[in-house]
Amino acid sequence: MSFSATAIPAATDADEPLVRIQSVHKHYGALHVLKGIDLDIRPGEKVSIIGPSGSGKTTLLRCVNYLERPTRGQIFINGELLGQKQGRRGFVELDDRSLARQRTGIGMVFQRFNLFPHLTVSQNVEIGPVKVLKVSRAEARERAIGLLGKVGLAEKRDAYPEMLSGGQQQRVAIARALAMQPTLMLFDEATSALDPELVGEVLNVMAQLAADGMTMMIVTHEMQFAEDVSDRVIFMDGGQIVEQGPPSRLFGAPEHPRTRGFLRAVLQKRTMP
Amino acid sequence: MSGGGWVRAYHLLPDFLGMLWAGAVMTVIVTAGGFVFAIVVGLLLAALRTGRSRLLHSLIYVYVEVFRAVPVLTQLFIIYFGLGAIGIRLNPIPSAVIGFGLNGGAYLTEVFRSGIESVNRGQTEAALSIGMTRTKALLYIVLPQAVRVVLPSIANFAIGLLKDTSLASAVAAPELSFNAHMLVDRTFLSTQIYLLVAVFYLAMSLPLSAVLHRLERGAARSRRA
Amino acid sequence: MISPQTLALIREWLPQLLVAAGQTLQMTVWAYALGAVMGLLIALGGMSRQRWLSGLCRVYIEFIRGTPTLIQLFLIYFGLTSVNIVIPGFQAAVIALGAHYAAYMAEVYRSGIVAVDSGQREAAQAIGMRRGQAMAYVIFPQAVRIILPPMTNFAISLLKDTSVASLIAAPELMMRANDITSEYYMPMQVYLLSGAMYFAMSYPLSLGVRYLERRFGRGRQLNLNLA
Ligand SMILES: Nc1ncnc2c1ncn2[C@@H]1O[C@H](COP(=O)(O)OP(=O)(O)O)[C@@H](O)[C@H]1O
Ligand SMILES: [Mg+2]
Repeated sequence: MSFSATAIPAATDADEPLVRIQSVHKHYGALHVLKGIDLDIRPGEKVSIIGPSGSGKTTLLRCVNYLERPTRGQIFINGELLGQKQGRRGFVELDDRSLARQRTGIGMVFQRFNLFPHLTVSQNVEIGPVKVLKVSRAEARERAIGLLGKVGLAEKRDAYPEMLSGGQQQRVAIARALAMQPTLMLFDEATSALDPELVGEVLNVMAQLAADGMTMMIVTHEMQFAEDVSDRVIFMDGGQIVEQGPPSRLFGAPEHPRTRGFLRAVLQKRTMP
Repeated sequence: MSGGGWVRAYHLLPDFLGMLWAGAVMTVIVTAGGFVFAIVVGLLLAALRTGRSRLLHSLIYVYVEVFRAVPVLTQLFIIYFGLGAIGIRLNPIPSAVIGFGLNGGAYLTEVFRSGIESVNRGQTEAALSIGMTRTKALLYIVLPQAVRVVLPSIANFAIGLLKDTSLASAVAAPELSFNAHMLVDRTFLSTQIYLLVAVFYLAMSLPLSAVLHRLERGAARSRRA
Repeated sequence: MISPQTLALIREWLPQLLVAAGQTLQMTVWAYALGAVMGLLIALGGMSRQRWLSGLCRVYIEFIRGTPTLIQLFLIYFGLTSVNIVIPGFQAAVIALGAHYAAYMAEVYRSGIVAVDSGQREAAQAIGMRRGQAMAYVIFPQAVRIILPPMTNFAISLLKDTSVASLIAAPELMMRANDITSEYYMPMQVYLLSGAMYFAMSYPLSLGVRYLERRFGRGRQLNLNLA
């Protein structure tokens, strides 16, 4: 099984990061949620982000898709400034259309799936290519059938989302994002809303996607998965990146006491009956 | 009650039925016209309201509040007599369609707005994340779901509108009630004729009510699901 | 935009229109009171175990909801003259509007009672309340929260619906506006002015409804059939 050419990022300078996050801050009113995040992600790299609840992982991911606007700092995708442009006086918000164009290259998978309930499984996958990329219906249909086959749901294509299990819905959501042929995929706790026995099927799809070379940012609580799949693991706490490194090091020999504390707590919870 | 009236009404029944049938057809036309007009206005304004323009928000707010706070009869008179007096002469039927359309549009703007607000924010975000503009997200993802939510309210509105079109008789639109007044003027059989007219209205509104009940049951089911 | 002549005329009309607006309010209050009482009786009748009574209430509600207010008004005003019952316009309008709103109010009462009955009553009695106490402290306060917003909404639509009474020449704001129009033939000015007066009366009420809905929360609102 392969996700084919869709996963190969656009050719760039080998040293040019696909994602460059530069001193990003996010405030909600008085609440300072992201406190200066700096992060580069190379094409094809898989980065897992772990950390306690409320540490700002979701917020960071949403900033990378510009669903949240950073209060300060900038994010570049393929060297292109995200969500803003240089105006006559400083930076101004991009218009809706240009922002949408930027987002087509970034797929996002949500904790709560957010499938479109009024569309069939296949239509969920087709609607992006048809309405955004202006692909013909026939071609979009073909693409959808291919992707649904790869996530193991070809036979469910005419079902409505409400008839699927959580794991199946999440796999459809992944297919929906992939149909846009993104160069970057964002996963926000893609398995957290699932019953334990359904987690594996979604992780398998994600692992396959990783093996195909997709660039991925993965917020997750599945430590084993993060260890197996990631090139790099990032530990966030209190709106900051506390520590990062290859999974073997971060899980094997965490340097920062907060990382150690977090990992101990998580692993303990997992081994509890 | 003099039995003579009923006997006379019985003999005149074919006349009555013909005249009232013609009126009922016109009632359906005015209802359908006002309905479509109101749906278009309501959808458009509810969609515009999701935008960021403050000015537009205020204008829509004023429109909705004013048209909902003033009797539809006043609105009909302003359109038919008022505009007529300043040189914009509209026939009764178009006046009624415009009047009920604008009046209903104010009501439906609120209905659609609440429907849009009932759709989970995650739906818009998912749509944006696959590269849709805000407009496309609204059009293809949010509105289809919002419309489903408000279908019972829309059916309810249609029933109300059907009955309200009787007020178009006051601007001489030849619909069911107007034709009934004509018959009463001619025959003085007011009880018989207005009861007969009531039956005509019931024959039109009861099927709509049945549709409404089905929609409400469906809505209740999908809420539980 | 408004010429001095028009302004002078408006000054002439205004006192008459204000008096008529007072009549509109009176008509609204009387019809509302009639509807509220009749509606309660119909709601109770509809829940009665006597089949004929509940059936009759059902038929009444369906008839009222399926036919225009205008036709109901004409049946009472013109229809009853054929049996030699002559009711003055104002009273006829109060009766017709009251009877009309009673059908809708009955539905609100019924939903309010059904929504809090049984479980709540049992819970109240389980903690040792007597029936009367359960009614006073548990059922009634909850039912009020449910029925208050729609009942206030009825006041608004009833206020506007009194304009229909002008079609049987009952004295109220709309009819006064019609009279002034036929005298001066300035329909735009007169109807805009009277429209503004309706607005001044009903807009505060609609702000009130919004307040009630916010206060009591939208979650408990009924999906009522208010056509
Ligand atoms: N829209 C919002 N408005 C206000 N506060 C928010 C909003 N979204 C997130 N937050 C707050 O920001 C902090 C970080 O949230 P989040 O990024 O969701 O953390 P995580 O995903 O790591 O659990 C939390 O304290 C959360 O309550
Ligand atoms: Mg989160």
